Amino acid sequence: MKLRIIVTLKNGVLDPQGKAIQHALGSLGFDGVSDVRAGKIFELEVADTTTDDQIDEMCRKLLANTVIENYRVEKQ
Amino acid sequence: MKTAVIVFPGSNCDRDIAVALESVTGTRPAMVWHGESELPEGLGVIALPGGFSYGDYLRCGAIAARSPIVRAVIDAANRGTPVIGICNGFQVLTETGLLPGALMRNEGLNFVCRDVELTVENSQSIFTSAYSAGETLTIPVAHHDGNYFADADTLDRIEGEGRVAFRYTGNVNGSARAIAGVLNKAGNVLGMMPHPERRIEAAHGGTDGRRLFEGLLEAVS
Repeated sequence: MKLRIIVTLKNGVLDPQGKAIQHALGSLGFDGVSDVRAGKIFELEVADTTTDDQIDEMCRKLLANTVIENYRVEKQ
Repeated sequence: MKTAVIVFPGSNCDRDIAVALESVTGTRPAMVWHGESELPEGLGVIALPGGFSYGDYLRCGAIAARSPIVRAVIDAANRGTPVIGICNGFQVLTETGLLPGALMRNEGLNFVCRDVELTVENSQSIFTSAYSAGETLTIPVAHHDGNYFADADTLDRIEGEGRVAFRYTGNVNGSARAIAGVLNKAGNVLGMMPHPERRIEAAHGGTDGRRLFEGLLEAVS
């Protein structure tokens, strides 16, 4: 089973990298970009028997730091 | 006093902290590799050094926090053994959950490597007993990800409990409430971004860092 896990910063957590990317887009002439948030995507190949609970645990224990990040899982 | 320094692949301040601990305690620390699963018996202090453990992969300190030896460090911390994490060691401690919050990319995006002034906020802990509350120290920082973040409730709680050990006098990295060092609730775990081990003898340009280790030795022994 293929998983795609998307990790994004929580609302309210400042994202200096996103801000720098936003400014770079502005300096390339792309007007009207009012916000950019940078995140991460993990693509996992896991055994078909992997349960949702196990996937959730992988996210909470390692892939995301839930102090600052949210995650969501897409099965493919 | 017996001490230990945990060494991860990518640690680069492990020898600095070992020299600092040895110069104060008179005993050479045990250098404990990340793949070990047990700590030496009878440790008075465990140190998590600065550096770039596991290449800062995933998040700074994230992989180190899940290494076999850190499970033993967490158990020791929960039993009351003093643990100090400096720079990457602080990042590791937040990733374990022993300390609240997280350390994010510096607000200005630059790697900051210079002396900074710190204010001692709490002089009652075992780590800060040689300092006076309100005293200003000069200690170097060297980091890219030292921007301390915690939600407002957590910040209020740790401030209310006197768990902010040090604050930047001028905020070098965008840290919430200029926090440079945080204690756990029991007071036996300290994480800080600045490097006291780089200020232990006159040749370093000052000895403000040395007093942390001297105070700790006195408090623990």
